[in-house]
Amino acid sequence: MSAKKNITLNINGVDHHVQVEPRRTLVDAIRDECGQTGTHIGCEHGVCGACTIMLDGKPVRSCLMFAVQADGARLRTVEGLADGDRLHPLQQSFIDHHGLQCGFCTPGFLMLTAGVLEQEPDISDEGLIDALSSNLCRCTGYQNIIKAVLAAAADMRAAR
Amino acid sequence: MKPASFEYHRPTTLEEAVKALAEYAPQDGRILSGGQSLVPTMALRMAKPAHLIDINGVRELADIKVTEDALIIGAGVRHAAFHKPVVDGALGQLLSFVVRHIAHYPIRQRGTFCGSLAHADPSSEWCLVSATLDAEITATSVRGARSIAVTELIEWAMSTTLAEDEILTSVRLPLLPENTRFGFYEFSRRAGDYALAMSLVTYELADGVIAAPRVGIGGVEGVPRRIAEAEEVLLGQKPSPDLFRAAAEAVANAADPMSDLQASANYRRDLARTVVRRALERSLP
Repeated sequence: MSAKKNITLNINGVDHHVQVEPRRTLVDAIRDECGQTGTHIGCEHGVCGACTIMLDGKPVRSCLMFAVQADGARLRTVEGLADGDRLHPLQQSFIDHHGLQCGFCTPGFLMLTAGVLEQEPDISDEGLIDALSSNLCRCTGYQNIIKAVLAAAADMRAAR
Repeated sequence: MKPASFEYHRPTTLEEAVKALAEYAPQDGRILSGGQSLVPTMALRMAKPAHLIDINGVRELADIKVTEDALIIGAGVRHAAFHKPVVDGALGQLLSFVVRHIAHYPIRQRGTFCGSLAHADPSSEWCLVSATLDAEITATSVRGARSIAVTELIEWAMSTTLAEDEILTSVRLPLLPENTRFGFYEFSRRAGDYALAMSLVTYELADGVIAAPRVGIGGVEGVPRRIAEAEEVLLGQKPSPDLFRAAAEAVANAADPMSDLQASANYRRDLARTVVRRALERSLP
């Protein structure tokens, strides 16, 4: 075992001072050391996208980074998506369009699409559908997720 | 699915990085850059490096430079940097078309161009681009820096001629002349999956005929490469459906395809013919 390192993970604006082994993945540290369990772990090797979070504003797989690499970075997880009691337009749209059943993949889909729309607010519908191929859902099927995301993207553009 | 233990090193200058690699490479030390191939391999315990030297903090590797005749991409430059053209002209457009075929959006936010070359996966889009356009890399170690043509760098699938203490610090892609046309086509089973076959073609159109043709294939053989037999078919001819079919046939005849769990050699040969023809068709306006 390698010696633990002291790092600071800034998640949704809150600093978490934690000790981790270098081999600790970012998603494990977010859930276990920081107690933020909204981010889910699926495949643990970058295929399913359940662990998608935003790192300095960009959507990334948190199972494909080590926690020590995120020391000092600005992390955003699904817990930081809503504005108080007001849901993020994507969250509301997933409810309105029945974009989830079991909900396991939902935090990953929300952070993926929130991140894509922050990077490219004017991305085409075709580009969004292509970006949605990043993550896996095993129950709802993708049609309602696509409907939810396209509707939210249109609302967010109209609100600008 | 948890990686094995390793010691973590985070240099902030290239000098520190090459020193660390020289020290730890003999003790199974590796470079960690984007990590989008290395980290899953470690999660599956197919790789268990004892030391990781993380070069994400090395500021001097993070840039793209444009010189008079080339684009120079530092080791820290991520795939997503190419979502929009990074340089005016055909090369910038070519890179922004190809990049959308690399894995998925979040993977492209972390993975790097140079890391793809160092990894040397036969289905890497950047390896195909670099081999087709005759790119050169710079390898840096405590012993100094040297240039290596990408065709000399990639020895075989997942195997390069880099010495164990060398970091692939940048790649140099020649800018393309203004009248360059290009076409790229990739076939994979699922969106974002590894290419079973792909082709990049470029040529200049002068007085209606093809000059300086380049026909590259990737994912078909162990190493992406240009197919001279197909380039000879195209040289000096007017673009036409018959000509493109003849060039594609020349690729199918010249290729020595791999066989693996995903596709037999014969199937890959058929795919090679198809992706070359479609890449050529995409080169037309």
